[in-house]
Amino acid sequence: MILKQTVVASAMALALGANAVWAEGISDGKVRIGVMADMGGTYADVCGKGCVTAVEMAVKDFGGKVLDKPIEVISADDQNKPDVGSAIVSEWVAKEKIDAVGGVVASSVGLAISKVLTEAKKPLLIAAAGSTAFTTKACSPFTAHWTYDVAALANGTVNPLVAAGKKKWFFITADYEFGKALETVATDVIKKHGAEVVGGVKVPLSTTDFSSYILQAQSSGADAIAFANAGKDFINSLKAAHEFGLDKQATMVGLVVFASEVQAIDPAVIANMRLTTAFYGDMDDKTKEWAKRYKEVFGKTPGMSQAGAYSATMHYLNAVKAAGTDEGTAVMAKMKEIKPDDFFARNAVLRSDGRMVHDMYQVRVKKADERKNEDDIFEIEKTLSGDQVFLPMVETCDFAKK
Amino acid sequence: MMTQFFQSRLFLLAALVLALIIPWLVYPVLLMKILCFGLFAAAFNLLIGYAGMLSFGHAAFLSTGGYMTGYVMSEYGLTTELGILIGTAASALLGFVFGKLSVKREGIYFAMVTLALAQLVFFLYVQAPFTGGENGLQGIPRGKLFGVVDLSNNMVMYYFVLAVFLAGYWFIHRTIHSPFGHVLKAIRENEPRAISLGYNVRHYKLMVFIISATLSGLAGSTKALVFQLESLTDAHWHMSGEVVLMTLLGGMGTVFGPLVGASVIIGIQNLFSGGELGSYIHIIMGVIFIVCVLLFRNGIVGELNKVLKNNF
Repeated sequence: MILKQTVVASAMALALGANAVWAEGISDGKVRIGVMADMGGTYADVCGKGCVTAVEMAVKDFGGKVLDKPIEVISADDQNKPDVGSAIVSEWVAKEKIDAVGGVVASSVGLAISKVLTEAKKPLLIAAAGSTAFTTKACSPFTAHWTYDVAALANGTVNPLVAAGKKKWFFITADYEFGKALETVATDVIKKHGAEVVGGVKVPLSTTDFSSYILQAQSSGADAIAFANAGKDFINSLKAAHEFGLDKQATMVGLVVFASEVQAIDPAVIANMRLTTAFYGDMDDKTKEWAKRYKEVFGKTPGMSQAGAYSATMHYLNAVKAAGTDEGTAVMAKMKEIKPDDFFARNAVLRSDGRMVHDMYQVRVKKADERKNEDDIFEIEKTLSGDQVFLPMVETCDFAKK
Repeated sequence: MMTQFFQSRLFLLAALVLALIIPWLVYPVLLMKILCFGLFAAAFNLLIGYAGMLSFGHAAFLSTGGYMTGYVMSEYGLTTELGILIGTAASALLGFVFGKLSVKREGIYFAMVTLALAQLVFFLYVQAPFTGGENGLQGIPRGKLFGVVDLSNNMVMYYFVLAVFLAGYWFIHRTIHSPFGHVLKAIRENEPRAISLGYNVRHYKLMVFIISATLSGLAGSTKALVFQLESLTDAHWHMSGEVVLMTLLGGMGTVFGPLVGASVIIGIQNLFSGGELGSYIHIIMGVIFIVCVLLFRNGIVGELNKVLKNNF
């Protein structure tokens, strides 16, 4: 009799408890993560379908469920257009009851999405966009800028080279906002460490003939050439530099270079280039294990964006579990409280301004005869701690001080 | 004659009722986008469909409207109608400059001159500090209409955009059916004859060019407020091409063609942005364009009109 009563009572307590979790727990019975990426455009290799795969992998590895509620991943193509991205995300918020957004590659799209999500109080987990604006003038309490930013890349690449005696720098800069911002950041680092900038050229976007710019670089007498450009511009300018033998005379320095690009360029052209990356699949057992699984699912080698997308999703789900709810403010607080720790995020912390600070790696691109297989592209020269490379918090993000 | 008139009245009434209730069925932001592009395509159609001038630089007007409105709204916190007015006026002014320089040329030369001028404007927006470069102008406030009505709610904004759209369409309708509109058609059909009849053709062309630019600017201003952002997408020559596609697909020289074309193109973009086919969007658009040019050159509305005319 007593036993029966106890059973009934505990069953009731359980039911009530479950109800209580339900009330503050998972909204509408599901956790939905939207992945916004460039599926077919310029940045498709940086963060396209691969980012979706990475997020799906994280969900699967987490067990497919959080707090006993299913996790769903939906994705969309922003076509690198901010208006398309912001329209999709506001529709996700209104109709799909989305709980967080991951992926995001074009900074313009990211900034637009961030506005929508801040208003909706939903976390934004940026895997591939690189603008420092996310933690400076456009910072938001709901943004987690996960993988890298251009300041970290510039810092990470330029610092060790200046220390190693590269004192004269020349810039080949893409003549638009991205390139100019990159040059400014890198110039600050160079000057701070007592080296000098001996010259620079601003090159219009999508130029194909770089010869005159390369000749200018050659005659400047610089011992390090910094490429403040990206994508096709980067590849074309690097090829031209190789053809003119500039790479014999000075060190080639890529400020924003992704592993997928390094793999796509002839090893003879890009060998010995120095760059900074947030992740290298062939680094150690932990990264190798993950990279191998990713490659089995997706067919391509993962880069830092995909690894970042996985890591951010994992951390988000852990935070949801710890917070006992998918309500944005509570989850963000947990994300900043718990330290992320996985194959990607090492010595990591999500700073209160939304910057994920973690170890980065300064690497040298291997020559053809040094490579054992197609994924063997980098030699890690130096592990850089997050404090060294990421910008310190700025004062404009007033929420961050609390 | 009477029945036809009645029919069209009935049709317009039905369309209006649909426009009023549809935001409860379809996501309002998508509808607003369609309305903005519908107006943009209609403004473009005024030029190509009624005056026979193919401009390949209309993105410049769309983006100028958007950037100017976005800038004054964010910097000075003006009321909505003033913001839109300034954006539209800026486009009108730009339209005057473009028109002055381009209407002297015809056909492909006219298209090339407008394209070149639009590229200049694009470059300006890439470089000018106030546009934020490729990051665009972000977080533009929608403001308060006449200082009273708060437009931050999407439903309220929809009805405002609908009103702007209807005003724009009404203006185009009046232009087409005015004596001015008839002269335009005469120029389109036979320019030397229009000249010999004593019309100052260049003047008419300039006028219609400015009207088209102004309405494009109106569409751009409104669009910037809908999305609360303005980016280089709007200034890029792709946009000038997209509006040609919308107009051709919907039906060049028809009143509702541009709106139908805009609905179809944006509908497709929206449909394919999610899901597996996302990466094929450009291919799909290209195929649609080819099919449209090869099979139904009058566009959707044009072909429908033909069918209706033959059967009734």
